[in-house]
Amino acid sequence: MSARPVGPPLWLLLELTYRCPLHCVFCYNPTDFARTGPELDTADWLRVLREARALGAVQLGLSGGAPRARDDLEVIVAEAHTLGFYINLITSGIGMTQARIAALKAAGLDHIQLSFQDSTREMNDFLSSTRTFELKSKVAALIRAHDYPMVLNVVLHRHNIDHVAEILAMAEAMGAQYVELANTQYYGWAWLNRDELLPSREQLERAEAVTKAFRERLGKRMQIYFVVPDYFETRPKPCMNGLGSVFLALAPDGMAMPCHAARMLPNLTLPNVRDLSVREIWYDSPAFNRFRGDAWMKEPCRSCPEKHKDFGGCRCQAYLLTGDADNADPVCDLSPHHGLVTAAVARAAGAAASPAPRPQALVFRDHRISIPVVTETAPR
Amino acid sequence: MSELGEGSRPAIAPGMRLQWEEAQQAHVLLYPEGMVKLNGSAGAIMSRCDGVRTVNDIVADLERSFGASNLAKDVHAFMTMALERRWLELRP
Repeated sequence: MSARPVGPPLWLLLELTYRCPLHCVFCYNPTDFARTGPELDTADWLRVLREARALGAVQLGLSGGAPRARDDLEVIVAEAHTLGFYINLITSGIGMTQARIAALKAAGLDHIQLSFQDSTREMNDFLSSTRTFELKSKVAALIRAHDYPMVLNVVLHRHNIDHVAEILAMAEAMGAQYVELANTQYYGWAWLNRDELLPSREQLERAEAVTKAFRERLGKRMQIYFVVPDYFETRPKPCMNGLGSVFLALAPDGMAMPCHAARMLPNLTLPNVRDLSVREIWYDSPAFNRFRGDAWMKEPCRSCPEKHKDFGGCRCQAYLLTGDADNADPVCDLSPHHGLVTAAVARAAGAAASPAPRPQALVFRDHRISIPVVTETAPR
Repeated sequence: MSELGEGSRPAIAPGMRLQWEEAQQAHVLLYPEGMVKLNGSAGAIMSRCDGVRTVNDIVADLERSFGASNLAKDVHAFMTMALERRWLELRP
Protein backbone atom coordinates (compact mmCIF):
# COMPACT_ATOMS: atom_id res chain seq x y z
CA MET A 1 0.00 0.00 0.00
CA SER A 2 0.93 3.64 0.21
CA ALA A 3 3.57 5.23 2.35
CA ARG A 4 1.15 8.14 2.63
CA PRO A 5 -0.65 7.96 5.96
CA VAL A 6 -4.42 8.16 5.64
CA GLY A 7 -5.56 11.65 6.63
CA PRO A 8 -9.06 12.71 7.67
CA PRO A 9 -12.00 13.13 5.27
CA LEU A 10 -11.63 16.92 5.22
CA TRP A 11 -14.27 17.35 2.54
CA LEU A 12 -17.72 15.91 3.11
CA LEU A 13 -20.44 15.96 0.47
CA LEU A 14 -23.96 14.97 1.41
CA GLU A 15 -26.25 14.27 -1.51
CA LEU A 16 -29.37 14.63 0.57
CA THR A 17 -31.83 13.51 -2.08
CA TYR A 18 -32.01 12.50 -5.73
CA ARG A 19 -35.33 14.32 -6.01
CA CYS A 20 -35.05 17.27 -8.40
CA PRO A 21 -37.56 19.15 -10.54
CA LEU A 22 -34.98 19.63 -13.31
CA HIS A 23 -34.09 17.18 -16.06
CA CYS A 24 -30.57 18.32 -16.95
CA VAL A 25 -28.87 16.42 -19.74
CA PHE A 26 -25.45 16.85 -18.09
CA CYS A 27 -26.39 15.67 -14.59
CA TYR A 28 -23.71 13.46 -13.00
CA ASN A 29 -26.22 11.55 -10.86
CA PRO A 30 -26.40 7.84 -11.62
CA THR A 31 -28.68 7.03 -14.54
CA ASP A 32 -30.31 4.33 -12.45
CA PHE A 33 -30.96 6.56 -9.41
CA ALA A 34 -34.66 5.79 -9.70
CA ARG A 35 -33.87 2.33 -8.32
CA THR A 36 -32.12 3.45 -5.13
CA GLY A 37 -33.66 2.79 -1.73
CA PRO A 38 -35.21 5.25 0.74
CA GLU A 39 -33.38 8.40 1.84
CA LEU A 40 -31.69 8.60 5.22
CA ASP A 41 -33.82 10.21 7.89
CA THR A 42 -32.88 13.33 9.83
CA ALA A 43 -31.33 11.47 12.77
CA ASP A 44 -29.02 9.53 10.42
CA TRP A 45 -27.80 12.68 8.68
CA LEU A 46 -27.14 14.38 12.03
CA ARG A 47 -25.20 11.36 13.25
CA VAL A 48 -23.12 11.36 10.06
CA LEU A 49 -22.31 15.04 10.58
CA ARG A 50 -21.18 14.45 14.17
CA GLU A 51 -19.08 11.41 13.29
CA ALA A 52 -17.43 13.05 10.28
CA ARG A 53 -16.69 16.27 12.16
CA ALA A 54 -15.07 14.27 14.96
CA LEU A 55 -12.72 12.78 12.37
CA GLY A 56 -11.79 16.26 11.13
CA ALA A 57 -14.22 16.92 8.26
CA VAL A 58 -14.64 20.68 7.87
CA GLN A 59 -15.80 21.63 4.37
CA LEU A 60 -19.38 20.51 3.89
CA GLY A 61 -21.28 20.43 0.61
CA LEU A 62 -25.02 19.89 0.60
CA SER A 63 -26.19 18.74 -2.76
CA GLY A 64 -28.44 16.24 -4.51
CA GLY A 65 -30.73 16.26 -6.47
CA ALA A 66 -32.25 19.38 -5.07
CA PRO A 67 -31.33 19.59 -1.37
CA ARG A 68 -34.15 22.02 -0.62
CA ALA A 69 -36.56 19.17 -1.37
CA ARG A 70 -35.67 17.94 2.15
CA ASP A 71 -37.93 19.54 4.77
CA ASP A 72 -35.17 19.09 7.34
CA LEU A 73 -32.55 21.08 5.42
CA GLU A 74 -32.52 23.85 8.02
CA VAL A 75 -32.12 21.30 10.84
CA ILE A 76 -29.17 19.71 9.05
CA VAL A 77 -27.56 23.11 8.40
CA ALA A 78 -28.04 24.20 12.01
CA GLU A 79 -26.37 21.06 13.36
CA ALA A 80 -23.50 21.36 10.88
CA HIS A 81 -22.98 24.99 11.87
CA THR A 82 -22.94 24.15 15.57
CA LEU A 83 -20.32 21.49 14.87
CA GLY A 84 -18.08 24.00 13.05
CA PHE A 85 -18.49 23.00 9.43
CA TYR A 86 -18.13 25.55 6.64
CA ILE A 87 -21.36 24.89 4.77
CA ASN A 88 -22.00 25.22 1.06
CA LEU A 89 -25.44 24.62 -0.40
CA ILE A 90 -25.43 23.65 -4.06
CA THR A 91 -28.74 24.51 -5.65
CA SER A 92 -30.54 25.19 -8.89
CA GLY A 93 -32.46 27.82 -6.93
CA ILE A 94 -35.85 26.32 -7.60
CA GLY A 95 -38.04 26.52 -4.51
CA MET A 96 -35.55 28.79 -2.75
CA THR A 97 -37.94 31.40 -1.43
CA GLN A 98 -37.09 34.52 0.54
CA ALA A 99 -38.26 32.76 3.71
CA ARG A 100 -36.15 29.68 3.08
CA ILE A 101 -33.00 31.64 2.25
CA ALA A 102 -33.44 33.74 5.40
CA ALA A 103 -34.04 30.62 7.54
CA LEU A 104 -30.91 28.96 6.15
CA LYS A 105 -28.88 32.06 6.89
CA ALA A 106 -30.18 32.06 10.45
CA ALA A 107 -29.27 28.36 10.73
CA GLY A 108 -25.67 29.18 9.80
CA LEU A 109 -25.35 28.44 6.09
CA ASP A 110 -22.10 29.97 4.84
CA HIS A 111 -22.70 30.17 1.13
CA ILE A 112 -24.94 29.20 -1.72
CA GLN A 113 -23.69 28.03 -5.07
CA LEU A 114 -26.33 28.76 -7.67
CA SER A 115 -26.20 26.81 -10.88
CA PHE A 116 -27.22 28.19 -14.24
CA GLN A 117 -27.48 26.27 -17.45
CA ASP A 118 -26.95 29.34 -19.63
CA SER A 119 -27.41 33.08 -19.83
CA THR A 120 -30.22 33.03 -22.34
CA ARG A 121 -33.61 31.93 -21.17
CA GLU A 122 -34.33 29.73 -24.15
CA MET A 123 -31.19 27.65 -23.81
CA ASN A 124 -31.48 27.49 -20.06
CA ASP A 125 -34.99 26.16 -20.30
CA PHE A 126 -34.24 23.76 -23.10
CA LEU A 127 -31.29 22.14 -21.39
CA SER A 128 -32.92 21.78 -18.03
CA SER A 129 -36.27 21.12 -19.61
CA THR A 130 -38.24 23.56 -17.43
CA ARG A 131 -38.95 27.28 -17.33
CA THR A 132 -36.50 28.37 -14.73
CA PHE A 133 -34.32 31.23 -15.84
CA GLU A 134 -36.27 34.17 -14.43
CA LEU A 135 -36.69 32.33 -11.19
CA LYS A 136 -32.93 31.85 -10.90
CA SER A 137 -32.34 35.54 -11.49
CA LYS A 138 -34.66 36.29 -8.59
CA VAL A 139 -32.86 33.80 -6.37
CA ALA A 140 -29.52 35.39 -7.24
CA ALA A 141 -30.89 38.74 -6.03
CA LEU A 142 -32.07 37.09 -2.79
CA ILE A 143 -28.67 35.50 -2.23
CA ARG A 144 -27.05 38.89 -2.55
CA ALA A 145 -29.66 40.57 -0.37
CA HIS A 146 -28.93 38.07 2.41
CA ASP A 147 -25.22 38.81 2.27
CA TYR A 148 -24.03 35.40 1.15
CA PRO A 149 -20.96 35.25 -1.08
CA MET A 150 -22.33 35.04 -4.62
CA VAL A 151 -21.05 31.94 -6.36
CA LEU A 152 -22.43 31.10 -9.78
CA ASN A 153 -21.84 27.82 -11.49
CA VAL A 154 -22.53 27.36 -15.18
CA VAL A 155 -22.03 23.96 -16.75
CA LEU A 156 -20.63 24.39 -20.25
CA HIS A 157 -21.08 22.18 -23.30
CA ARG A 158 -21.33 22.41 -27.06
CA HIS A 159 -24.68 24.19 -27.03
CA ASN A 160 -23.85 27.03 -24.65
CA ILE A 161 -20.07 27.44 -24.71
CA ASP A 162 -20.35 30.03 -27.48
CA HIS A 163 -22.37 32.19 -25.06
CA VAL A 164 -19.59 32.61 -22.50
CA ALA A 165 -19.47 36.39 -23.06
CA GLU A 166 -23.21 36.68 -22.32
CA ILE A 167 -22.87 34.35 -19.33
CA LEU A 168 -20.05 36.40 -17.81
CA ALA A 169 -21.90 39.66 -18.49
CA MET A 170 -24.91 38.21 -16.66
CA ALA A 171 -22.69 37.16 -13.74
CA GLU A 172 -21.17 40.64 -13.57
CA ALA A 173 -24.62 42.24 -13.60
CA MET A 174 -25.68 39.95 -10.75
CA GLY A 175 -22.68 40.96 -8.67
CA ALA A 176 -21.13 37.49 -8.60
CA GLN A 177 -17.85 37.19 -6.69
CA TYR A 178 -16.99 33.75 -8.01
CA VAL A 179 -18.00 32.22 -11.32
CA GLU A 180 -17.27 28.65 -12.19
CA LEU A 181 -17.42 27.91 -15.87
CA ALA A 182 -17.36 24.18 -15.46
CA ASN A 183 -17.17 22.17 -18.62
CA THR A 184 -19.32 19.09 -18.42
CA GLN A 185 -17.66 16.03 -16.97
CA TYR A 186 -18.89 12.90 -18.62
CA TYR A 187 -20.51 10.77 -15.93
CA GLY A 188 -24.11 9.76 -15.30
CA TRP A 189 -26.56 11.41 -17.66
CA ALA A 190 -23.78 13.46 -19.22
CA TRP A 191 -22.06 10.20 -20.24
CA LEU A 192 -25.20 9.10 -22.08
CA ASN A 193 -25.21 12.45 -23.88
CA ARG A 194 -21.49 12.89 -24.38
CA ASP A 195 -21.49 12.90 -28.16
CA GLU A 196 -24.15 15.63 -28.15
CA LEU A 197 -22.44 17.76 -25.50
CA LEU A 198 -18.68 17.67 -26.09
CA PRO A 199 -17.58 20.99 -27.63
CA SER A 200 -15.02 21.37 -30.38
CA ARG A 201 -11.49 22.55 -29.67
CA GLU A 202 -12.26 25.76 -31.57
CA GLN A 203 -15.25 26.49 -29.36
CA LEU A 204 -13.15 25.86 -26.30
CA GLU A 205 -10.34 28.18 -27.41
CA ARG A 206 -12.81 30.96 -28.20
CA ALA A 207 -14.41 30.60 -24.76
CA GLU A 208 -11.03 30.70 -23.06
CA ALA A 209 -10.09 33.88 -24.92
CA VAL A 210 -13.35 35.56 -23.86
CA THR A 211 -12.76 34.46 -20.26
CA LYS A 212 -9.25 35.88 -20.31
CA ALA A 213 -10.54 39.27 -21.51
CA PHE A 214 -13.13 39.36 -18.69
CA ARG A 215 -10.48 38.45 -16.12
CA GLU A 216 -8.24 41.26 -17.30
CA ARG A 217 -11.07 43.79 -17.16
CA LEU A 218 -12.62 42.74 -13.83
CA GLY A 219 -9.51 41.69 -11.92
CA LYS A 220 -10.30 40.41 -8.44
CA ARG A 221 -13.82 41.84 -8.38
CA MET A 222 -15.10 38.65 -9.97
CA GLN A 223 -12.98 35.53 -9.85
CA ILE A 224 -13.57 33.26 -12.83
CA TYR A 225 -12.63 29.61 -12.78
CA PHE A 226 -12.60 27.95 -16.16
CA VAL A 227 -12.61 24.17 -15.86
CA VAL A 228 -11.34 22.71 -19.13
CA PRO A 229 -13.01 19.49 -20.25
CA ASP A 230 -10.35 16.92 -19.57
CA TYR A 231 -10.89 15.23 -22.95
CA PHE A 232 -8.75 18.04 -24.39
CA GLU A 233 -5.83 17.41 -22.05
CA THR A 234 -2.93 15.01 -22.38
CA ARG A 235 -2.58 14.33 -18.66
CA PRO A 236 -5.47 13.33 -16.41
CA LYS A 237 -6.85 15.31 -13.50
CA PRO A 238 -5.69 14.22 -10.02
CA CYS A 239 -9.22 13.07 -9.34
CA MET A 240 -10.25 13.75 -5.70
CA ASN A 241 -6.53 14.08 -4.93
CA GLY A 242 -6.57 10.29 -5.04
CA LEU A 243 -9.62 8.30 -3.93
CA GLY A 244 -9.88 7.95 -0.17
CA SER A 245 -7.50 10.84 0.42
CA VAL A 246 -9.66 13.83 1.45
CA PHE A 247 -13.13 13.40 -0.03
CA LEU A 248 -16.14 11.50 1.28
CA ALA A 249 -19.51 11.60 -0.45
CA LEU A 250 -22.75 10.13 0.83
CA ALA A 251 -25.63 9.27 -1.47
CA PRO A 252 -29.26 9.87 -0.39
CA ASP A 253 -29.63 6.24 0.70
CA GLY A 254 -26.55 6.41 2.93
CA MET A 255 -24.14 4.76 0.51
CA ALA A 256 -20.61 6.07 1.14
CA MET A 257 -18.51 6.86 -1.92
CA PRO A 258 -14.89 7.96 -2.41
CA CYS A 259 -16.11 10.20 -5.26
CA HIS A 260 -19.52 11.43 -6.47
CA ALA A 261 -19.62 8.99 -9.35
CA ALA A 262 -18.12 5.89 -7.69
CA ARG A 263 -21.48 4.23 -7.43
CA MET A 264 -21.10 3.06 -11.01
CA LEU A 265 -17.84 1.21 -10.43
CA PRO A 266 -18.27 -2.56 -10.65
CA ASN A 267 -16.94 -4.88 -7.96
CA LEU A 268 -16.71 -2.02 -5.47
CA THR A 269 -18.97 -2.89 -2.55
CA LEU A 270 -19.81 0.51 -1.12
CA PRO A 271 -20.39 0.66 2.63
CA ASN A 272 -23.52 2.29 4.04
CA VAL A 273 -23.75 4.63 7.03
CA ARG A 274 -26.83 2.71 8.13
CA ASP A 275 -24.51 -0.21 8.94
CA LEU A 276 -21.15 1.33 9.85
CA SER A 277 -19.74 4.43 11.51
CA VAL A 278 -18.05 7.06 9.38
CA ARG A 279 -14.75 6.10 11.01
CA GLU A 280 -15.12 2.44 10.03
CA ILE A 281 -16.10 3.45 6.50
CA TRP A 282 -13.26 5.90 5.99
CA TYR A 283 -10.39 3.98 7.55
CA ASP A 284 -11.36 0.31 7.37
CA SER A 285 -13.78 -0.41 4.54
CA PRO A 286 -12.41 -2.24 1.50
CA ALA A 287 -14.07 0.26 -0.85
CA PHE A 288 -12.21 3.24 0.62
CA ASN A 289 -8.91 1.38 0.72
CA ARG A 290 -9.31 -0.04 -2.77
CA PHE A 291 -7.62 2.88 -4.58
CA ARG A 292 -5.36 4.21 -1.84
CA GLY A 293 -1.66 4.09 -2.62
CA ASP A 294 -0.48 2.70 -5.94
CA ALA A 295 -0.53 -1.09 -5.56
CA TRP A 296 -3.77 -1.28 -7.57
CA MET A 297 -2.25 0.47 -10.58
CA LYS A 298 -1.53 -1.16 -13.91
CA GLU A 299 0.96 -0.06 -16.52
CA PRO A 300 1.63 2.58 -17.74
CA CYS A 301 0.74 4.16 -14.36
CA ARG A 302 2.60 1.67 -12.16
CA SER A 303 6.05 2.71 -13.40
CA CYS A 304 5.11 6.30 -14.26
CA PRO A 305 7.11 9.08 -12.56
CA GLU A 306 3.91 11.17 -12.43
CA LYS A 307 1.80 8.61 -10.61
CA HIS A 308 1.84 10.53 -7.34
CA LYS A 309 0.89 13.73 -9.13
CA ASP A 310 -2.30 12.58 -10.84
CA PHE A 311 -2.92 9.20 -9.15
CA GLY A 312 -3.68 7.66 -12.54
CA GLY A 313 -6.54 10.12 -13.13
CA CYS A 314 -10.20 9.28 -12.74
CA ARG A 315 -11.25 5.71 -11.95
CA CYS A 316 -14.78 6.27 -13.23
CA GLN A 317 -13.54 7.65 -16.53
CA ALA A 318 -11.16 4.71 -16.88
CA TYR A 319 -14.08 2.37 -16.29
CA LEU A 320 -16.54 4.14 -18.60
CA LEU A 321 -14.09 4.32 -21.48
CA THR A 322 -12.14 1.08 -21.14
CA GLY A 323 -14.37 -1.18 -19.06
CA ASP A 324 -11.66 -1.53 -16.38
CA ALA A 325 -11.43 0.89 -13.45
CA ASP A 326 -7.79 -0.08 -12.79
CA ASN A 327 -6.61 1.21 -16.16
CA ALA A 328 -4.95 4.57 -16.66
CA ASP A 329 -7.46 7.34 -17.29
CA PRO A 330 -7.53 7.42 -21.12
CA VAL A 331 -7.24 11.21 -21.04
CA CYS A 332 -3.52 10.51 -20.51
CA ASP A 333 -1.70 10.27 -23.84
CA LEU A 334 0.46 7.53 -22.34
CA SER A 335 -2.65 5.35 -22.03
CA PRO A 336 -3.03 2.73 -24.77
CA HIS A 337 -6.72 3.75 -24.80
CA HIS A 338 -6.06 7.46 -25.44
CA GLY A 339 -7.42 7.00 -28.96
CA LEU A 340 -10.93 6.66 -27.49
CA VAL A 341 -10.65 10.23 -26.20
CA THR A 342 -9.15 11.70 -29.36
CA ALA A 343 -11.83 9.94 -31.43
CA ALA A 344 -14.59 11.54 -29.29
CA VAL A 345 -12.92 14.94 -29.72
CA ALA A 346 -12.69 14.41 -33.49
CA ARG A 347 -16.40 13.53 -33.65
CA ALA A 348 -17.17 16.67 -31.66
CA ALA A 349 -15.27 18.83 -34.16
CA GLY A 350 -17.59 17.64 -36.90
CA ALA A 351 -20.81 17.71 -34.91
CA ALA A 352 -20.21 21.16 -33.43
CA ALA A 353 -20.54 22.56 -36.92
CA SER A 354 -24.28 21.71 -36.83
CA PRO A 355 -26.14 24.61 -35.23
CA ALA A 356 -28.77 23.49 -32.72
CA PRO A 357 -29.15 20.71 -30.17
CA ARG A 358 -31.42 17.93 -31.35
CA PRO A 359 -33.84 17.11 -28.53
CA GLN A 360 -34.41 13.60 -29.80
CA ALA A 361 -30.70 12.87 -29.48
CA LEU A 362 -30.46 13.89 -25.82
CA VAL A 363 -31.51 11.87 -22.80
CA PHE A 364 -33.03 14.10 -20.11
CA ARG A 365 -32.56 13.13 -16.47
CA ASP A 366 -35.77 11.47 -15.37
CA HIS A 367 -36.84 9.62 -12.25
CA ARG A 368 -39.27 7.55 -14.30
CA ILE A 369 -36.55 5.79 -16.25
CA SER A 370 -33.61 3.79 -15.04
CA ILE A 371 -30.70 3.28 -17.39
CA PRO A 372 -27.89 0.86 -16.61
CA VAL A 373 -24.28 1.99 -17.07
CA VAL A 374 -22.80 0.96 -20.41
CA THR A 375 -19.07 1.33 -20.96
CA GLU A 376 -17.58 2.32 -24.31
CA THR A 377 -15.48 -0.83 -24.55
CA ALA A 378 -15.96 -4.14 -22.82
CA PRO A 379 -13.63 -5.10 -19.96
CA ARG A 380 -10.61 -7.15 -20.96
CA MET B 1 -8.43 49.19 -0.83
CA SER B 2 -6.28 51.60 1.16
CA GLU B 3 -2.59 51.01 1.76
CA LEU B 4 -1.38 48.81 4.58
CA GLY B 5 0.23 50.96 7.26
CA GLU B 6 1.17 50.69 10.91
CA GLY B 7 -2.22 52.12 11.92
CA SER B 8 -4.29 49.87 9.58
CA ARG B 9 -6.84 47.56 11.20
CA PRO B 10 -6.85 44.26 9.31
CA ALA B 11 -9.80 41.86 9.59
CA ILE B 12 -10.72 38.52 8.10
CA ALA B 13 -12.36 39.29 4.74
CA PRO B 14 -16.11 38.76 4.30
CA GLY B 15 -16.99 35.25 3.17
CA MET B 16 -13.83 33.87 4.80
CA ARG B 17 -13.76 32.03 8.06
CA LEU B 18 -10.72 31.40 10.25
CA GLN B 19 -10.87 28.58 12.75
CA TRP B 20 -8.66 26.25 14.71
CA GLU B 21 -8.88 22.64 13.53
CA GLU B 22 -8.01 20.09 16.19
CA ALA B 23 -7.61 17.25 13.67
CA GLN B 24 -5.10 19.25 11.63
CA GLN B 25 -3.50 20.98 14.63
CA ALA B 26 -3.61 24.18 12.62
CA HIS B 27 -5.63 27.27 11.88
CA VAL B 28 -7.46 26.94 8.59
CA LEU B 29 -9.06 29.56 6.41
CA LEU B 30 -12.35 28.45 4.90
CA TYR B 31 -14.06 30.01 1.90
CA PRO B 32 -16.37 28.94 -0.93
CA GLU B 33 -14.97 25.71 -2.40
CA GLY B 34 -11.67 26.05 -0.63
CA MET B 35 -9.57 25.70 2.46
CA VAL B 36 -6.07 26.91 3.31
CA LYS B 37 -4.13 25.28 6.12
CA LEU B 38 -2.05 27.98 7.76
CA ASN B 39 1.36 27.39 9.24
CA GLY B 40 2.03 28.41 12.83
CA SER B 41 3.14 31.98 12.20
CA ALA B 42 0.41 32.65 9.62
CA GLY B 43 -2.16 31.32 12.08
CA ALA B 44 -0.75 33.49 14.87
CA ILE B 45 -1.00 36.61 12.70
CA MET B 46 -4.42 35.89 11.19
CA SER B 47 -6.01 35.04 14.52
CA ARG B 48 -5.10 38.52 15.76
CA CYS B 49 -6.69 40.31 12.80
CA ASP B 50 -9.98 41.31 14.42
CA GLY B 51 -10.57 44.66 12.70
CA VAL B 52 -9.95 46.44 16.02
CA ARG B 53 -6.24 46.05 16.65
CA THR B 54 -3.82 47.97 14.43
CA VAL B 55 -0.87 46.40 12.65
CA ASN B 56 1.36 47.98 15.29
CA ASP B 57 -0.70 46.40 18.09
CA ILE B 58 -0.51 43.02 16.41
CA VAL B 59 3.26 43.21 15.91
CA ALA B 60 3.75 44.20 19.54
CA ASP B 61 1.49 41.38 20.75
CA LEU B 62 3.32 38.81 18.60
CA GLU B 63 6.71 39.99 19.81
CA ARG B 64 5.50 39.70 23.41
CA SER B 65 3.86 36.31 22.92
CA PHE B 66 6.82 34.72 21.14
CA GLY B 67 9.62 36.55 22.94
CA ALA B 68 10.82 37.88 19.60
CA SER B 69 11.80 41.26 18.17
CA ASN B 70 11.85 42.94 14.77
CA LEU B 71 8.80 41.04 13.51
CA ALA B 72 7.28 44.12 11.81
CA LYS B 73 8.79 43.44 8.39
CA ASP B 74 7.64 39.81 8.27
CA VAL B 75 4.16 40.66 9.52
CA HIS B 76 3.80 43.40 6.92
CA ALA B 77 4.94 41.04 4.17
CA PHE B 78 2.45 38.38 5.23
CA MET B 79 -0.42 40.85 5.54
CA THR B 80 0.32 42.32 2.13
CA MET B 81 0.12 38.83 0.63
CA ALA B 82 -3.06 38.07 2.58
CA LEU B 83 -4.68 41.31 1.37
CA GLU B 84 -3.67 40.48 -2.19
CA ARG B 85 -5.32 37.06 -1.85
CA ARG B 86 -8.37 38.59 -0.19
CA TRP B 87 -7.94 36.68 3.05
CA LEU B 88 -7.87 40.02 4.86
CA GLU B 89 -9.47 43.41 4.41
CA LEU B 90 -8.69 46.72 6.10
CA ARG B 91 -11.21 48.39 8.39
CA PRO B 92 -11.33 52.16 8.82
